[in-house]
Amino acid sequence: MLRDRFFKFGLKLAGGLIALLIFSIFVSLVIASIPSIKEFGLSFVFGKEWNPVEEHFSALPFIIGTLLTSVLALAISLPFSLAIAFFSGEFSKKGLISSLIAYATDLLAGIPSVIYGFWGLFFLVPLIRKLELSFNIPPYGVGIFTASLVLSIMIIPYASSMARDVIALVPSDLKEAGFALGSTRLEVIKKVIFPYSVSGIFAGLLLAFGRAIGETMAVTMVIGNANRIPHSLFEPANTLASVIANEFTEATSDIHLSSLIYLGLILFIITFFINYIGNMIIERMSVNGRS
Amino acid sequence: MESEIIKIRDFSAGYGQNFVLKNINLSFEKNKVTAIMGPSGCGKSTLIRCINRMHELNLDAIHKGDILFNGKSVFETNPILLRKKIGMVFQRPNPFPTMSIYDNVIAGYRLNGIKLSKKEFDLIVEDSLKKAFLWEEVKDNLHKKGTFLSGGQQQRLCIARAMAVNPDVLLLDEPTSALDPKATAMIEELIVELKKTVTIILVTHNRTQAARVSDFTVFLYLGELIEYGSTETIFTTPKNPKTEEYLIGKFG
Ligand SMILES: Nc1ncnc2c1ncn2[C@@H]1O[C@H](COP(=O)(O)OP(=O)(O)O)[C@@H](O)[C@H]1O
Ligand SMILES: [Mg+2]
Repeated sequence: MLRDRFFKFGLKLAGGLIALLIFSIFVSLVIASIPSIKEFGLSFVFGKEWNPVEEHFSALPFIIGTLLTSVLALAISLPFSLAIAFFSGEFSKKGLISSLIAYATDLLAGIPSVIYGFWGLFFLVPLIRKLELSFNIPPYGVGIFTASLVLSIMIIPYASSMARDVIALVPSDLKEAGFALGSTRLEVIKKVIFPYSVSGIFAGLLLAFGRAIGETMAVTMVIGNANRIPHSLFEPANTLASVIANEFTEATSDIHLSSLIYLGLILFIITFFINYIGNMIIERMSVNGRS
Repeated sequence: MESEIIKIRDFSAGYGQNFVLKNINLSFEKNKVTAIMGPSGCGKSTLIRCINRMHELNLDAIHKGDILFNGKSVFETNPILLRKKIGMVFQRPNPFPTMSIYDNVIAGYRLNGIKLSKKEFDLIVEDSLKKAFLWEEVKDNLHKKGTFLSGGQQQRLCIARAMAVNPDVLLLDEPTSALDPKATAMIEELIVELKKTVTIILVTHNRTQAARVSDFTVFLYLGELIEYGSTETIFTTPKNPKTEEYLIGKFG
């Protein structure tokens, strides 16, 4: 009994420490952003200009850049992640091909992001440049689209492994009930397996999205680092994370540094909200939730 | 002769290299309840899962011989169509947890993409739930999820779901083994009522259940058909000593 109590106390302590840690990160971000908050206030969030020379800073170009690259990356990776998840979670749980796929997706998660960045730079950028030339648009090569492509590959393991696990956990008596009613495999997948696992699939996508939002190195290398609101997917831009990585070392003035930290604060808040809203949606969708 | 809706001919089935059922010959009478009895592992589930070709969902399933349904080999019938005519209810109640009671009943239509008007669906739902003795208990909660029902109610919901697509045959694989005596009694009553519309093949472990509800009884032992006959004969004057031993509870 006493040991039970200690154990419980230990768990609570660990949980509490993590909450405290997150809170203190938040507080230190706020404190370090104060000069910039004082100077620009909330208009920092909606302003369109980021000009270190004239010391005029605002976040909108990067917020747009972040959301654009992440949403696009998620959209590109979605069919692949789902295909991998359904294949290895339902069609072929065992066997050479599915273990090869599992191995390959795990490997994707293990590759350092700087390697993805290099690959993007040396392989994708020239390819995109050719594509842009053939479409008669400025051949930057780098930009939102290129960053999204790199990201979409990076986040496949996050979305697919979670989805695969929940799909594999769908009780076989439910699938049998579907087959016994004269359903085809595809119908069982669509109307039994998918509804049952949708909240888990969504959770995986959320994880992937969060990963895409915060990814720094690879994006910084291929997005083109332009501090303006992009007008097309093929223009260079910056995300919140990439502009911080790009300018942090060369920020000389206090206001520049503080503004970069302010960007970090915004990134923190966006991530927090996406997780919060996502968890609410997952709860709504989950099997045990009330209708 | 046309009273025999399903005929099993020289039929063997199993997994991998191993035949679990050995050379079964057996016929099922239309609109009767036939109980399949036998100790655990003797192949009862395997046998009825061959009738609607669910057995083949196992990757290593094997079979030889034939099963005729209305005179036609089930193995020459599209399994999708076959299963619409031969419904199945499982040991553990398995309503779809993502669907409401209403949607569970018409799941056979929803899953297969069959679209009917709301009125037609309403009728099917009411009719099927009445057939399954569940209507009065759930009629005010049709759009709540089926998983909030008791075990017995869930099993009756599964029966309603199977009946909603108008099958000719209903396969019941130990449908009451997970239920309490009261819920069991209700399902037994229901089975007797249902045979007016469908032929019922009932796998059961429960000797008194077989005696109470079935017209015919099949006794399987180690994958072989030991005895088959009217339930009365089997229970009063079994020919095979093995059958008698089983019925008085010497094993299984
Ligand atoms: N999927 C399977 N793979 C291999 N063997 C199986 C499988 N399912 C059942 N068996 C074997 O087949 C035999 C008959 O099983 P089953 O038909 O479920 O018996 P019952 O329903 O009479 O208890 C058992 O010995 C069991 O171990
Ligand atoms: Mg069984």
